[in-house]
Amino acid sequence: MDALILQFLNGLDKGSAYALIALGLTLIFGTLGVVNFAHGALFMIGAFCAVTLSKIFALSHTTIDPEKLDFLGNPAKIQSPYLVEWFGPNVGAAMIDWAVPLAILFAIPVMIAIGFIMERGLIKHFYKRPHADQILVTFGLAIVLQEVIKYFYGANPIPTPAPEMFRGSIDFGVLIGFDPNAIIYPAWRLVYFLFSCLIIAAVFAFLQFTTFGMVVRAGMADRETVGILGIDIDKRFTIMFGIAAAVAGLAGVMYTPINSPNYHMGMDFLVLSFVVVVVGGMGSLPGAVLSGFLLGIVQSFASMNEVKSLLPGIDQIIIYLIAIIVILTRPRGLMGRKGVMEE
Amino acid sequence: MFGLERKDTTLFLVVIAMTMLAPFLLNPFPQGSAMAQFNAGYPDLMQRFVIFGIFAIGFNILFGLTGYLSFGHAAFLGVGSYAAVWMFKLLSYNIVPALILSVIVASLFALVIGYVSLRRSGIYFSILTLAFAQMSFALAYSVFTPLTNGETGLQVYTSDPQYLLGNGPNVTHLFGLEMRSTTTLHLGNWSFDFGVGYYFCAIIMLISFYVAIRIFRSPFGMMLRAIKSNQTRMNYTGLNKRPYTLAAFVISGMYAGLAGGLLACMDPLAGAERMQWTASGEVVIMTILGGAGTLIGPILGAGFIKYFENIFSKINDGVLHSWFSWLPDGIENFVVKVLAPFFGEGWSLSMGLMFMLVVIFLPGGLVEGGRRIGAMFGRGKADPAPAPKPAE
Repeated sequence: MDALILQFLNGLDKGSAYALIALGLTLIFGTLGVVNFAHGALFMIGAFCAVTLSKIFALSHTTIDPEKLDFLGNPAKIQSPYLVEWFGPNVGAAMIDWAVPLAILFAIPVMIAIGFIMERGLIKHFYKRPHADQILVTFGLAIVLQEVIKYFYGANPIPTPAPEMFRGSIDFGVLIGFDPNAIIYPAWRLVYFLFSCLIIAAVFAFLQFTTFGMVVRAGMADRETVGILGIDIDKRFTIMFGIAAAVAGLAGVMYTPINSPNYHMGMDFLVLSFVVVVVGGMGSLPGAVLSGFLLGIVQSFASMNEVKSLLPGIDQIIIYLIAIIVILTRPRGLMGRKGVMEE
Repeated sequence: MFGLERKDTTLFLVVIAMTMLAPFLLNPFPQGSAMAQFNAGYPDLMQRFVIFGIFAIGFNILFGLTGYLSFGHAAFLGVGSYAAVWMFKLLSYNIVPALILSVIVASLFALVIGYVSLRRSGIYFSILTLAFAQMSFALAYSVFTPLTNGETGLQVYTSDPQYLLGNGPNVTHLFGLEMRSTTTLHLGNWSFDFGVGYYFCAIIMLISFYVAIRIFRSPFGMMLRAIKSNQTRMNYTGLNKRPYTLAAFVISGMYAGLAGGLLACMDPLAGAERMQWTASGEVVIMTILGGAGTLIGPILGAGFIKYFENIFSKINDGVLHSWFSWLPDGIENFVVKVLAPFFGEGWSLSMGLMFMLVVIFLPGGLVEGGRRIGAMFGRGKADPAPAPKPAE
């Protein structure tokens, strides 16, 4: 039982990442009707926002202390970060420690700006082109973005730790009435899950309870009529593209402590998140979230040793297998609407 | 000639001349000169030009004619390589059984995947092929390690049975003609390499190109084009499109398997990384860059990408400095600093940018670019063919 719960939790954090990326993909597809193969790259850029901020925070100058000697007998060099000097040892050190969560504030404007530039500069010209062209141009863009990041940050993964207080594990079993040490779970993954729930709730609330969101939903249902009513729907869809980019970026920011970011993490996630979108149903936001969590959980159950001994290799292919079955039996996906991307 | 129209015959003859004279054409700069690094006339690279040319020609039969965008074609290439290496392990280093088996295995594989994937079209088809290819890639690394040798890659060991080896050579050969052997011709400062392997691949490529022309011009090819231009109308006319698309899918899978088998014949190794989805993306890029739906486009695209991959990636900062040494020092350093990200290690950045520019401005690829330039100088025809549009 405790093993099952542990796998369930493991699935939740992977599922959160899938759900967030798929949510952004679906926002773009549902509003603009564009198949965005560069969405994985946006996830990666978000992760590198966190890397950049923690590098900026760690900027320091070196002083030589003649009193102390290092292990080679030379005068010790002391690195003192500027932040500590400016804000005092308490606040400065705390800021360096909390660089990843603080990167959220840094990433939101950056990602929205990137989203705007992408939509106005490139995607806008592809509304009328076939889906295959959209896939190809955004695929090219994804290669370009990933190579740019590789040029500036190198090819190796860059470890970016979580704040000190979340670095350990928590004994999750005790909280729900199991013996101590039955279910040990890394604290940051729980934070990631809660964070993604928050973002998903915020996106849905924004669409459901604001006038802006209402107009966007109307535009998703019938773009032409909304345009005839005198509403500049294109402008709002551009803003939605920015928001979708920000959602992918935030998913990337918070993912850095789980997996050290490298330049091809976007491509690794892209294929899976497309599968998630298709399983959930193209254009359906609840479908994307649901299938994200579902596939994450299924994948982590498939990687249990008991399952693997029964069906070897199943953990590698289970997601694709589900996708194939869903596309063949329910072409609209789990919650897809009628008439979206049908032949 | 060859049962082709005059225009196609000319094209075919040009391609024959180009591939046969490639060791000269690709080696325009004398040895030891500053430009010698742009020479691509060595057998290893020329082999890759023609092998990936075959791969792209096959992909074009599917994508260019029917508009079905497959993102999993590398799976067939990988399967073909594995089949060929198994033939080397079991029989002998003769490449004929290896190629035959790789084509057969790839076609069976394509038949199964195509039968399932072609039930959907558009993006669903792309995702289905992608899913199948990723599954094969993952399984080659895990469950099928006895067949694929996992991460090490499949290769021939001395302990392998090789029942028909006898006294035959210990390298890949065609009835005794070793693929590796080369003859070098020295002419003044120039030296030209003629590899047996290259010419063998080139002849296979010419045969596949000829078959592709015949397919393009046949009633079957017309049918495929009709599927691309308007599926609904096809359905209303009472035609079942599935057998046609499936045939196109299997044929292009066979081409991919042949290319994979040839790769293994030139270097008896096979690894799962040949099946990864980025490898499938590469053949998509080649075909689009050259011009999807045209005859010569895929070959041009494949040559272009492979040339970039091997030659562009060798240009490092030192080479750039030597190019711009005529500029004043400050400006020279600045120019080199600006250009450096696009050369050497960053060649895929240039490739990505070029690919984007082609998709945005030249949907017909290099072929359409050439046609437009021709029209500009008034030689070409006034009405350029409309850009091929992949079907939904």
